[in-house]
Amino acid sequence: MSTPQAGLHDADEADMATVSRQTSVYVYEAPVRLWHWINALAILTLVLTGYFIGAPPPSMQIAEATHQFVFGYIRFAHFAAGWILTVGFLGRIYWAIFGNHHARQLFYLPIWNGRWWREVFFEVRWYLFLESEPKKYMGHNPLAQLAMFCFITLGVSFMIVTGLALYSEGLGKDSLLYAMFGWVFTLFGNNPHYVHTYHHLGMWWIVIFMIIHIYVAIREDIMSRQSIVSTMISGHRTFKDDRPD
Amino acid sequence: MSQIETFYDVMRRQGITRRSFIKYCSLTASALGLGPAFVPKIAHAMETKPRTPVIWVHGLECTCCSESFIRSAHPLAKDVVLSMISLDYDDTLMAAAGHAAEEAMRDTIERYKGQYILAVEGNPPLNEDGMFCISGGKPFVEKLRYAARDAKAIISWGACASYGCVQAAKPNPTRATPVHKVITDKPIIKVPGCPPIAEVMTGVITYMLTFDRLPELDRQGRPAMFYGQRIHDKCYRRPHFDAGQFVEAWDDENARKGYCLYKMGCKGPTTYNACSTVRWNEGVSFPIQSGHGCIGCSEDGFWDQGSFYDRVTDLTQFGVEANADRVGMAAAGVVGGAVAVHAAISALKAAQKKTQSQASKEEA
Repeated sequence: MSTPQAGLHDADEADMATVSRQTSVYVYEAPVRLWHWINALAILTLVLTGYFIGAPPPSMQIAEATHQFVFGYIRFAHFAAGWILTVGFLGRIYWAIFGNHHARQLFYLPIWNGRWWREVFFEVRWYLFLESEPKKYMGHNPLAQLAMFCFITLGVSFMIVTGLALYSEGLGKDSLLYAMFGWVFTLFGNNPHYVHTYHHLGMWWIVIFMIIHIYVAIREDIMSRQSIVSTMISGHRTFKDDRPD
Repeated sequence: MSQIETFYDVMRRQGITRRSFIKYCSLTASALGLGPAFVPKIAHAMETKPRTPVIWVHGLECTCCSESFIRSAHPLAKDVVLSMISLDYDDTLMAAAGHAAEEAMRDTIERYKGQYILAVEGNPPLNEDGMFCISGGKPFVEKLRYAARDAKAIISWGACASYGCVQAAKPNPTRATPVHKVITDKPIIKVPGCPPIAEVMTGVITYMLTFDRLPELDRQGRPAMFYGQRIHDKCYRRPHFDAGQFVEAWDDENARKGYCLYKMGCKGPTTYNACSTVRWNEGVSFPIQSGHGCIGCSEDGFWDQGSFYDRVTDLTQFGVEANADRVGMAAAGVVGGAVAVHAAISALKAAQKKTQSQASKEEA
């Protein structure tokens, strides 16, 4: 171990020993991080405006209806954010194919892998306070992967498909989008009202995800043995100890 | 087989001038979304084609479809409409009754096998072998099957025949079943609504007579020319929707000003029909114009979409009357509460671990 450098005047011997051992793993490449934050903003916009589309704000008398477009702008923001979410999700699928193997975790579950399942239940025990110490993971832990798959991969896909179907109604039945997504109405009982209801329930599904996701990310950042929040900013996973497991 | 009169013959016999006849043809052409080039084609068809025999049967229904039909303004007056088609059997409208009436139906079916159009108003209930609807001494479902066997095509009039309507609403005790689920081997055109608009009904018939085929249908089998757009798309109150100006209560100032009825549960955004363009009673008005939201009567299962006065549907699956918002908020509340409790326990555990490790350090 070399002597401390001039720039590390606040580090003692023990610190330097740690620094020399601990390195980080580059997990989330730039497209994944960019997608994550764009997606987060889009979802926030979609939830807020979507709620208002189902339950409009109180009537406003700013001008004659010709010059006032309040509800129109709310819907515009919803549709614009919806398209950003859709294009972003397609881009994310592209990156799952061409990015590193961590980028693929969102899109498959290794359900035939016994060890994976054991680690899912280990994580469940960790969240039930039955394990004193969590394991270290480069990407998502198995329970997080399961949750991501159900909430984001399935949840967002459902919202995109039902959302585009509802949007295509506004474009008209002769639109290309309606030709692509008209089957959604047949699937959900032939009455567009059902699709509105399920799309609305899907919003709450995503809201529940947001609550859990933000809580768990902050909790694990503090309590686990690895970085969580900063990893989605820098892409680097750092570890708080050098034990292998 | 006796020579059947053409439509034109009938109209002239009814005292309709040729001028009025040509006007009718051009009105019909525009109502069907066809160009002026089609006016002579319609006129030609009317002048040369024999009238198509129609058998009109009534199952579980309220006769509002017939009531609407006989009030059609364009094409012309009701008597001409009824003569346009050769309405050989309609137990509600025909003069004959009893055995004579049933004989007329049998006769028409025998004489025009594969030629006639079967118009069905109402639907057959299937529970108890169809005993909940008896027509001519037999369950209606038997009459329907009998009349459908040799029909060229079937028109399902109204929400009853198309989707089941109120008698098929949950829990549907008589198992009232829409026509297309009973007759599966014939082309069926659905003309839903409770009732359908008179001009839509006569427009559909005119199209079928003129072109000898079904009009273009949408995914659900409704004529696209009348059910291709939502009430919302052509609603004259739409600017207030986009402005965010809504009726908040039935007796408020906004209601008087004619603002959008979205918050009052208007189903215009999810309903495909021609009310906001064709309107009712010779174009006088339609529900939204009279200050009441659309109830979505031309959509499948409109009685089971919760209250007519709510935007977000009640979800009866949850036992109590709950809508998507209440279910979602409850679930989010539970999860949020669980997260808070979990965070508290996590903090306590962390504190406990810290004191324990400090204690063990001090011991060492």
